[in-house]
Amino acid sequence: MTQISQSPAPRAARSNTGRFIGLATLTTVVALLPLALPNAFYVDVAIRIAILAVNGIALNLLMGYTGQISLGHAGFFGLGAYGSAVLTAHFGWSPLWALLAAAAMTAVIAWGVARVILRLRGHYLAMATLGLGIIISIVLSNETAWTGGPDGMAVDSFSLFGVPLSGERRWYWVFGGLLIGTVILAQNLIDSPAGRALQALHGSETAASVAGIDVGRRKVGVFVLSATVAAVMGSLSAHYAGYINPGIAGFLQSVELVIIVVLGGMASIYGSIFGAVVMGLLPQLLAGYEGWDSVLFGLIMVVTMIVLPRGVVPSLTARLRSTRFGTKGNAPC
Amino acid sequence: MLSELLQFILSGVTLGAMYTLSALGFSMIYNASGVINFAQGEFIMVGGMAASFLSATGVPLPMACVAGVMIAGLVGGLVERWAVAPARDAEVASVIIITIGVSMILRGLTEILLGKRPHALPHFSGEAPITVLGATILPQSLWVLVVGALIVLGLNLFFGRTRIGKGVLATAYDRLAAQLVGVDVRRVLTLSFVLSAGIGAVGGVLITPISTVAYDTGMMLGLKGFVAATLGGLGSGPGAVAGGLFLGLIEALTAGYISSAYKDAVPFVLVFIVLVLRPQGLLGTKPTDRI
Amino acid sequence: MLTVANLSKQFGGVHAVQDVSFTIPQGCVYSVIGPNGAGKTTLFNLISGLYTPTSGSIRFEGQDISGQAPDRLARRGMSRTFQNLQICKNLSAIDNVMVGAHLTLNASMFAGMFRWPGLARADRACRERAAALMERVGCGDFITADAAAMPYGALKRLEIARALASDPKILFLDEPAAGLNHTETHSVQTLVAELARSGLTVVVVEHDMKLVMSVSDRILVLNYGRRLAEGTPADIRENPDVIAAYLGADTEEE
Ligand SMILES: Nc1ncnc2c1ncn2[C@@H]1O[C@H](COP(=O)(O)OP(=O)(O)OP(=O)(O)O)[C@@H](O)[C@H]1O
Ligand SMILES: [Mg+2]
Repeated sequence: MTQISQSPAPRAARSNTGRFIGLATLTTVVALLPLALPNAFYVDVAIRIAILAVNGIALNLLMGYTGQISLGHAGFFGLGAYGSAVLTAHFGWSPLWALLAAAAMTAVIAWGVARVILRLRGHYLAMATLGLGIIISIVLSNETAWTGGPDGMAVDSFSLFGVPLSGERRWYWVFGGLLIGTVILAQNLIDSPAGRALQALHGSETAASVAGIDVGRRKVGVFVLSATVAAVMGSLSAHYAGYINPGIAGFLQSVELVIIVVLGGMASIYGSIFGAVVMGLLPQLLAGYEGWDSVLFGLIMVVTMIVLPRGVVPSLTARLRSTRFGTKGNAPC
Repeated sequence: MLSELLQFILSGVTLGAMYTLSALGFSMIYNASGVINFAQGEFIMVGGMAASFLSATGVPLPMACVAGVMIAGLVGGLVERWAVAPARDAEVASVIIITIGVSMILRGLTEILLGKRPHALPHFSGEAPITVLGATILPQSLWVLVVGALIVLGLNLFFGRTRIGKGVLATAYDRLAAQLVGVDVRRVLTLSFVLSAGIGAVGGVLITPISTVAYDTGMMLGLKGFVAATLGGLGSGPGAVAGGLFLGLIEALTAGYISSAYKDAVPFVLVFIVLVLRPQGLLGTKPTDRI
Repeated sequence: MLTVANLSKQFGGVHAVQDVSFTIPQGCVYSVIGPNGAGKTTLFNLISGLYTPTSGSIRFEGQDISGQAPDRLARRGMSRTFQNLQICKNLSAIDNVMVGAHLTLNASMFAGMFRWPGLARADRACRERAAALMERVGCGDFITADAAAMPYGALKRLEIARALASDPKILFLDEPAAGLNHTETHSVQTLVAELARSGLTVVVVEHDMKLVMSVSDRILVLNYGRRLAEGTPADIRENPDVIAAYLGADTEEE
């Protein structure tokens, strides 16, 4: 049903068409990309980008939309990955059940942690989440009997109802499909009353709570959601890679996710995809230039934040819109 | 038994002095500009690396050390001017990204210029350990403690007695008001970076003879400084000292009595517990939101 | 409808509200006045659950609500605006109003992600109602605007629209006319009268005496956190304490 006729709210209508165009473009790119990828190496890069993008979008729900920083999100990714690895390797669980159990366990941990730390604000929340991530990665490094310690451990390949999932090309469709699904679900959420509540508490916790929004519960909810998404991606990418080490849960990985969100644009789904593409490609382009990779990475982060403080995608769309309509904002006055 | 405890306490206090210097840098910058500087650990590393490089090329040790601190201070000032100042009004997350970017640049440049291997410095007063009640302490540790204490004292005087120090405090309290009464806020902000980089570098130079330094040692030291500053209450000077010493002691005692594998986790577990119980840190004051 | 008994709030050494008691009858316009710093906003913050009282009690529809969280009070039918605007600048104007309707919609995250049947329709209806509310309070020009792009006067009315969107039983307005010009103030006055006529209980903090005297059924006067007087506009106008402490200082305005 497309009723636009003298609706008092053209804003919703506009974002609906925008949404459709975005989704169609993304689907086309995901569908056609394999034709352009010459070999397994490039497919692997594309897969890693999709994983980063899904994690970035989930973190963006927490950071960009709800305004709560997390510097420890890779920890949840690691919990998912190791949960799957340990349950399949040491207990002989089937990958699917292991994945579900790891996700559920991560959700419970995230819930317990979120209830206490989401009362913190700004830098204190940054510190607490940072600590959480580091604790997780230290535990993963030290529980050698279960996790293989710093050397990591091998992970069986994924199989669904006895059908093994192997080969980059097959995995590509799994992760590509997950990315599209994540975009759809995230946009649904943002456009829904629940998503509005999250954005409202970002704008003003006071206003939100007076409007009947249980601010604490909402923060915990979105924290658990994004942690659980990270855990599921962790499980799948562990199976895909066939090998994991505690580095995947480390501080730098958490920072990488934050960079994806902030660089691409807070509160911008496609921004997170853009950020993931940048963060996925750069290391490949810079590989082999030791030291320089780090310098260039840092430079890109600093310069982007200074020149486009709202992130690449929101800043550029705002600029585009204002040149197209010749005005800033859209208030008639 | 007792001498063992004393041993752990001595090494804990040395470690704590190091964390205190890192935390003081965090707090100073946070106070002056509201920024959490994730490049703080890199300043420590730059100080240590520069000093050991110079000393290895034949520069006399005292001069190498002073030069190391000055280089780090210069780097701190440039970081403020070039990277932090242009993003004054950005959101917390954006500024965090900027300082993380800066730390990657510094780490990368150091790796390119000085390589990946660890660098060392000679001990300032020899390596013969001093025995105290059955525990031993390196002369270098005494250096760390004494210089650390002197810096805390010096900062105290600086903020309490000098015009520019009071300007920093005024800026921390209310930037606009400080500007109105004639404080050069821009200079104060740059100065806070120079000073905290310098203080961090002093720590780096002092600790290098004991533990060596490499291009990537800054991160953990910086994070622990952040933990120490948070434990004490962000922005509080006495808090940074208390937080740093407390952290060093707990870490050394854990390593000694419980498990050295988990000693790196201690700071983060600790900060977690403290924040849950006292969201404003041990010595911080709780603000009442005005609505 | 709302009974406040011996309510006090202390910030450090400051007694912002001290031993204040009063009763607001249903369906009337009740005003709270007093000089700057008298504790009016603090009183609102206490009643709406943003601050916890140091002592005293608040009863709403016969039930003790002191210390309850703001969102629970919203469920009971309380709504308010803010003297220092609390606008979500990251949302569009109309979304701000729809935030006010939060409790009337299915706001589960799961339902939102999977577009639960009926969700989109309810949301669209809500959007239309929000637009109508914006027209009603007089910021219909901004239905398609971003909140961040709106001028102060329009934001004040946007807050009223948001407060009304929850369909409250009692509405608290903290200085709805502050910073507005003559005609705008007049339209606020008309709106308050209209809302009261429709059965809503309206509580107003306002410095504009003309507005207060013409819309109020009863008035509470605070001074230094204490209750100075309470009564009908006529009572208050003639109360010597009030004239001495408050109206005396206000005459320079005319
Ligand atoms: N969160 C707070 N922390 C500390 N003191 C506060 C706080 N809120 C209010 N106060 C103090 O309480 C007193 C009452 O303030 P309040 O804002 O309630 O006054 P008001 O009557 O609304 O004044 P105005 O007419 O200026 O809005 C003032 O002295 C104020 O400084
Ligand atoms: Mg007030």
